[in-house]
Amino acid sequence: MTETLLEIDGLSVDYETERGDLKALRDISFDVRKGEIVGIVGESGCGKSTLISSILRLTAPNTRFRQGEVRFKGQNLLQATERQMRDLRGDDISIVFQDPMQTHNPVLSVGQQMVDIQHRSSASKAEKRAKAAKMLGAVGIPDPEARLSQFPHEFSGGMRQRIAIAMALMSEPDLLIADEPTTALDATLEVQIIERLRELQREMHCAVLFISHHLGVIAELCDRVVVMYAGAVVESGDVREIFHNPKHPYTRRLIECDPGHIKTRARVLPTIPGEVPDLANLPGGCIFRDRCDQAMDRCAQEVPPLERLGEGHLAACWLNHEEVSA
Amino acid sequence: MSLLSVSDLQTSYGAVNVLAGVSFDVAPGETYALVGESGSGKTTVIRAIAGLAPAQAGSVTFDGQEIRGLPERSFRPLRKNIAMMFQDPVGSLSPRLTIGSLITEPYRIQGMKDRDLQAEAKRLLEMVNLPAHFANRYPYQLSGGQARRVGVARALALEPKLILADEPTAGLDVSVQGELLNLLNDLRERLGLAMVIITHNLSVVRHVADRMGIMYLGRLVEEGTTEDIFDSPRHPYTRCLLSANPEPDPDARLERIALKGEPPSLLNRPTGCEFRERCPFAQDVCSQTPKWEVSDGHGLRCLAPLS
Repeated sequence: MTETLLEIDGLSVDYETERGDLKALRDISFDVRKGEIVGIVGESGCGKSTLISSILRLTAPNTRFRQGEVRFKGQNLLQATERQMRDLRGDDISIVFQDPMQTHNPVLSVGQQMVDIQHRSSASKAEKRAKAAKMLGAVGIPDPEARLSQFPHEFSGGMRQRIAIAMALMSEPDLLIADEPTTALDATLEVQIIERLRELQREMHCAVLFISHHLGVIAELCDRVVVMYAGAVVESGDVREIFHNPKHPYTRRLIECDPGHIKTRARVLPTIPGEVPDLANLPGGCIFRDRCDQAMDRCAQEVPPLERLGEGHLAACWLNHEEVSA
Repeated sequence: MSLLSVSDLQTSYGAVNVLAGVSFDVAPGETYALVGESGSGKTTVIRAIAGLAPAQAGSVTFDGQEIRGLPERSFRPLRKNIAMMFQDPVGSLSPRLTIGSLITEPYRIQGMKDRDLQAEAKRLLEMVNLPAHFANRYPYQLSGGQARRVGVARALALEPKLILADEPTAGLDVSVQGELLNLLNDLRERLGLAMVIITHNLSVVRHVADRMGIMYLGRLVEEGTTEDIFDSPRHPYTRCLLSANPEPDPDARLERIALKGEPPSLLNRPTGCEFRERCPFAQDVCSQTPKWEVSDGHGLRCLAPLS
């Protein structure tokens, strides 16, 4: 068994708002082992972004950690000092944020920013610049040396995203968190980035926590998948199990909705009717039941626990419980 | 007859030749998809059609009227018929206006004073399946999917004949993406809309587009019906692009054809076929410049096409 790098253990996070506490994450548990790529899928508002900002402790001031731990190499990050967190961020754990248009400083050249983030290194400025150029080349920016002196606005959105990826990988982190890094890229670049990530992950043996709602990318890149819905983990397991043998109706519907599955032109594409429940006013029972076409009486009364259904495959649905006890 | 006809459209920013002659036609009610890498000029094409980007040469005719290079004052009345859906759903909504005033702004701009704006707002929100009370909300109170629908509502306000949609589903969840595409399909049938859609999601193209054009370095390299392109791509670039589409199946055996090298600089366009340095199938003949040739409605710019 490979060593565990990151453990999320029973994590519950609320946002304090005027309407009351918004229960953004509820009892989240999963782990990421060394050198493993774990994908997190789920629709907007499922808590993916709260989860990663909790790991990095880059949360909004109204965030309240109610329960649970985030352990990185055995250390509970929720108890770590700000100083300890600063040492971890951008060095042991680095991140590629969702929005490439806003991750760069608009008044500094890209080269300056890429040199600045190497502040922990004792290399000379010329060496840092050379390393920056090498990383830019590695993510597919043409004429990397010349472009170091350009400013973020002189790059396209896709290029800025790639620069962010280059910057996150410069410190050779143990854990790379990638928050929808390929959403703004076209298909060929997306594939290049995925392949590059996989190569680097093998080279550096770094673990990747890959957040995406693009199922094709998750299927292609990840070893394991965690499926989230409305602030809770509804299913997790090996990527093949999740895609070929999904045990939660939400996972099943999500996969059906992907137009990549439908090879001939469809007049009407499948959707999941209904809305995500209000996190400030959660209904009792299963959170997915209002949108679930297989909901039973029991689903309205009791919250289904995340149960082990096979080798490393967990799902939170009473349908499986019926099968197990029958 | 074509509703929109783009012919040899050229755009340069200084020495950077972004569009090097783009031509295509869109029939009434037809959906045409433009695909290609970032920087291939897709957005510039539709912005130039809408009069939002310069075009130094070529022609754009809409309903038989030449509209390239029209001054803003003459272009404005045309915007009743040509609507734009911008790439960034939240960024394209003014943060200071309510959703109601945003979606009825087209009536004010067009000086349609006889309209009951409140009633129109209600009708438009209904059309895109948003509750009527959203009219009083501000953009920051919307999710990405809702902001998209507001963008659709605004684009449809004046019942245009043509919609230019720049990445209308980027950043949306798959189920919301499905809803938006179903909505567009439905409106297109009901209102007979024609659409030019830019997307890098090839799975989306397959479901919405009647025909598609593949762009590389500011030129079309291949064009045909969506089915034809997916079934038998003839340009090596198209083949690479289609093979790069990630499948939602971990066991999918992808025969991926890797592109070599980096996209060339627009300041220093390659000679001969501009794709040849990156083309896995390049031959000696490719040092000559390929011409655009059309047979059976399938356009191609390649001297060594795949069979």
